Amino acid sequence: MEIKLQADNIAKRYGSIDVLHDVSLQARAGDVIALIGASGSGKSTLLRCLNLLERPNAGCLTVAGERLALTPDRAGELTAADPAQLRRLRARLSMVFQQFNLWGHMTVLRNVIEAPIRVNGLSKAEAIERADHYLARVGVLHRRDAYPAHLSGGEQQRVAIARALAMEPDVMLFDEPTSALDPELVGEVLRVMRGLAEEGRTMVVVTHEMAFARDVGSQLVFLHKGRIEEQGTPSDLMTNPQSDRLRTFLASSLHRAGHA
Amino acid sequence: MVDLQIIQDNLPAFLDGARVTLLLLLASAAAGLSLSLPLAVARVSANPFLSKPVFLFTYVLRGTPLLVQLFMVYFGLAQFDLVRESSLWPLLREPWFCAWIAFTLNTAAYTTEMLAGALRATPSGEVEAARSLGMTGFDIYTRILIPGAIRRALPQYGNELVMLMHATSIASAVTLVEITRVARDVHANTLLAVEAFGTAALFYLALTLCITGLFRLLERRLLRHLAHPAGAS
Repeated sequence: MEIKLQADNIAKRYGSIDVLHDVSLQARAGDVIALIGASGSGKSTLLRCLNLLERPNAGCLTVAGERLALTPDRAGELTAADPAQLRRLRARLSMVFQQFNLWGHMTVLRNVIEAPIRVNGLSKAEAIERADHYLARVGVLHRRDAYPAHLSGGEQQRVAIARALAMEPDVMLFDEPTSALDPELVGEVLRVMRGLAEEGRTMVVVTHEMAFARDVGSQLVFLHKGRIEEQGTPSDLMTNPQSDRLRTFLASSLHRAGHA
Repeated sequence: MVDLQIIQDNLPAFLDGARVTLLLLLASAAAGLSLSLPLAVARVSANPFLSKPVFLFTYVLRGTPLLVQLFMVYFGLAQFDLVRESSLWPLLREPWFCAWIAFTLNTAAYTTEMLAGALRATPSGEVEAARSLGMTGFDIYTRILIPGAIRRALPQYGNELVMLMHATSIASAVTLVEITRVARDVHANTLLAVEAFGTAALFYLALTLCITGLFRLLERRLLRHLAHPAGAS
């Protein structure tokens, strides 16, 4: 199957601290890759390196067959050699953030049509049609004229998902999309994400929701101290973890889930 | 008691003065605001060659009295042959032009800092979201940063306009016949201070009410994303 996103040998340092060592990742069309690991394991940093919101110190990124040209800056971090290419590839990898990051002065509809108009060059009418489709898809169409501050966290995150979907990206990146939500609002966001996975969308998801990772993930990647400790299908990893670290991590997160 | 007849006799002069005050206010506010937007963007720039000169400009203008700045433009510039021989001299010897320059630069300095602060207060996630969707730096400024900053700065800018309007009374020092100058003339002619300056105060108060009312309307429109929605929890 077609490779949508490939990251090779990503390394990231903050000062003298290595947060990612030589991490590689490959998402084929329809893959749902769940990045799991304890906090500080580097999973969010890895995700943010994929669209260069973080600058890796080494590595190589390829999106839908197009390799991103990278060049080191003075601090030894890699930046895009061609900003226009970076913008083009970013538009194909839309991201959903932990804190939603909606634009506060814009209505829901405006939030969703902004990038398709500015970045993909859609007309306003086309963008609105597309926005209405995706807002309906995530179940917040009735809130299209509201402002983000007037929505619940779950609604805001679903709008953020609609904003990402409206780019019709090759890969969707989710950075702990339910971690900032009240427990009773987590379900509505996870339901939307399950639906997207079932549609065959390619997703890379940093998550603490082990049930979601188990049921929806096609690939589970367990990070520990900036390295991939284990990876494979969820059933393999969860029923038959090879390393003590993954065993311990699974035990503690299932324990937590049992209390939730 | 208050001599209403004196006030009534001088009302046309006060109205003329109010026109000068308002004109000076509008002309300097418009020019100052247009200057301050690019200056504020430069002020928050990571490039020190852009941000440092703007910092120096705002520091000097906010660190010196407006009256001194006005005297520097009106009397100071005339000292230089280069200025007197330049093609701008017919303008630079005009008191209204000098007042406009001084007031524009002064309000530009305050407004620049105000907008720069509002730009810095942008939640970093809003910028990250825009970057992650492939928006250009120009789009991020014009669609996300500046519209957000203007809204955040709006209540403060309303205050700045009221202060600027009050400061226009200083223009009387370079012979501009605005409200305060009219009041001083009435006082000099009649020696009735309460009638002269009381009327001036009422004019200023009315203008202040207009400005604050206008900003209340603007805020209701531009800050409705922060307002509590009617009927919602």
